[in-house]
Amino acid sequence: MSDPRIAVIEQRFEKVGKIIAVSSGKGGVGKSMIATSLALNLRDRGYKVGLLDLDFTSPATHVIMGVDGLYPEEDYGIIPPLAHELRYISITHYSLDEPAPLRGQDVSNAIIELLAITRWGELDYLVVDMPPGIGDATLDTIRLIPRIEFVVVTTPSRVAYQSVRRMIILLKELGIPMAGVVENMVMHPSDYVKSDVEKLGLEYLGSIDYDEAVEESLGDVDALSKTGFYKRVGEILPDFL
Amino acid sequence: MHEWALAEGVISTARKFAEENGLTKVTEVVVVIGELQQVEHDVLEFAFEQLKTPLFEEAKFVLKAEPAKFKCRNCGHEWTFKAQGLSEDISEAIHFVPEMAHVYIKCTECGSPDFEVSKGRGVWLATIKGEKDE
Repeated sequence: MSDPRIAVIEQRFEKVGKIIAVSSGKGGVGKSMIATSLALNLRDRGYKVGLLDLDFTSPATHVIMGVDGLYPEEDYGIIPPLAHELRYISITHYSLDEPAPLRGQDVSNAIIELLAITRWGELDYLVVDMPPGIGDATLDTIRLIPRIEFVVVTTPSRVAYQSVRRMIILLKELGIPMAGVVENMVMHPSDYVKSDVEKLGLEYLGSIDYDEAVEESLGDVDALSKTGFYKRVGEILPDFL
Repeated sequence: MHEWALAEGVISTARKFAEENGLTKVTEVVVVIGELQQVEHDVLEFAFEQLKTPLFEEAKFVLKAEPAKFKCRNCGHEWTFKAQGLSEDISEAIHFVPEMAHVYIKCTECGSPDFEVSKGRGVWLATIKGEKDE
């Protein structure tokens, strides 16, 4: 008759301040890098921050932060372990680095399950690394996580932006709040993305230059925090949140 | 799913149902539990006792287990969860997030990881009985 998991999800976020979904209509645009760097930047400013990786098919935040072997403590549900002072949940706590061949409905069920059992406690910010695209997983996350606000990531590529644009239109139709759009991996300045984002009535939060040091920093949060990329995320994002 | 989270969800859903239907007393709640969840019935019953509000004072919580069955999408083979013999770590991962079955379990016939959980995946409230004020 009724799924008892849904009833508890809202109360799991009772003590969570702002919930920011970092999302993209297209893979490979740096969504997980921005989500992780945003969470760490907020931590640098003294906030209590959580990071929830909902990209089950290509989880990446654990690679970016170089965390391994974390396992949530069981206490009337599960308590997110700390990773670099972030309360951190990733499917890799359970799947390790094995492939998770999940169909759409399975991804939805796994997301519902994690949202129902995770006790975040008190947080100023929860940053969600969203599933890519606009499939079941994204729609369920929007439906289930209360007060969610989107930061949409694109690259200057027209191929990427056209997918991202469709996502923006969908989010607008669903009435989901959007902080705005970030243009990542910029190599040649252009107004193409900025002007269209503004035409759609959204905030263009800023651009981040392509930074070769980011790849070198993978797995090392100290090295990441010294990159131009990380500093730029800190400049353009928290002010809007 | 974790037993306490599940108990909270069941109580909360049943309370909402009672309110919507004008029940002043809940007398019975039937919960069907898929085997894949590996819910410990004793722990769940204890959680119900701890969490129940006066509305559930006389309520009987009936737990019905549904065995888990898998069907391979590649070769059509069907098999049961019991036959798997999983390690404790893997069992626990599946307990918390049952979809992890797709990470660790393969078709026992052809080895494909693409299978459906045809029975025994979820936990749901089957029926709620109660009384209304005359």
